[in-house]
Amino acid sequence: MSDQLHLTYNISPDDFTRAGEASSDVKGKLKQMGVSPEAVRKVAIAMYEGEINMVIHANGGTINIIVSPDEVKMILEDEGPGIADIELAMQAGYSTAPDKVRSLGFGAGMGLPNMKKYSDQMKIQTELGVGTTVTMTVKL
Amino acid sequence: MTVKDVKTILDGSIICGEEYLEKEVHTACGADMMSDVLAFSKNQSVLLTGLCNPQVVRTAEMMDIVCIVFVRGKKPDEGMISLAKERGIALLTTDHRMFSACGLLYEQGLRGGACS
Repeated sequence: MSDQLHLTYNISPDDFTRAGEASSDVKGKLKQMGVSPEAVRKVAIAMYEGEINMVIHANGGTINIIVSPDEVKMILEDEGPGIADIELAMQAGYSTAPDKVRSLGFGAGMGLPNMKKYSDQMKIQTELGVGTTVTMTVKL
Repeated sequence: MTVKDVKTILDGSIICGEEYLEKEVHTACGADMMSDVLAFSKNQSVLLTGLCNPQVVRTAEMMDIVCIVFVRGKKPDEGMISLAKERGIALLTTDHRMFSACGLLYEQGLRGGACS
């Protein structure tokens, strides 16, 4: 494995059909690199929930993935509305997603809790009207 | 049980992934909300769902799900089928409703795994 791999993805807004393509690509690349299936799955699920969030709530954004020998770092940045109350947003079942999103199978209020569950470390920086950056790390 | 057993028990038909009929499934999950599926991480699972859109296949891909069963006779579109083929996931459809489909598989010994 090379020392570090850096991947960047632009997540397009409102394209629900394509949401998940970036996570799928990362999953494939980590598998190829010989990362353990358990760690690959943790990264894939955490990133996929984040990617869906960016499409639903934030008008898309950018995801940077940094793979080093001992961890995968995911940095998800958007210029969306920001999160008013992080503690509330972290509660399982709390959601601000519109009904349209719910009919597509998301918006159950499990996105952020799932991201926390599958990553070993998660940090949220957010400012109303400016955007949100979520940084997640999965140990290898 | 195998994907083939799931198909037989549910009186279902296979849409794609005939080559995976002999694959073992160890647990099952029934949900229409994909985030509920994503909260459940088990090996070699089958997903039963009434939802029929590309994110079902994407969710299954992230979870390494072996087989998706669409209940109430729902049929995935071409885009979903080609995505499933690409990702090596078998797609089945059954006329049974969610509750009955889950019950039939449970009766034959398939379980949901412990709560976590």
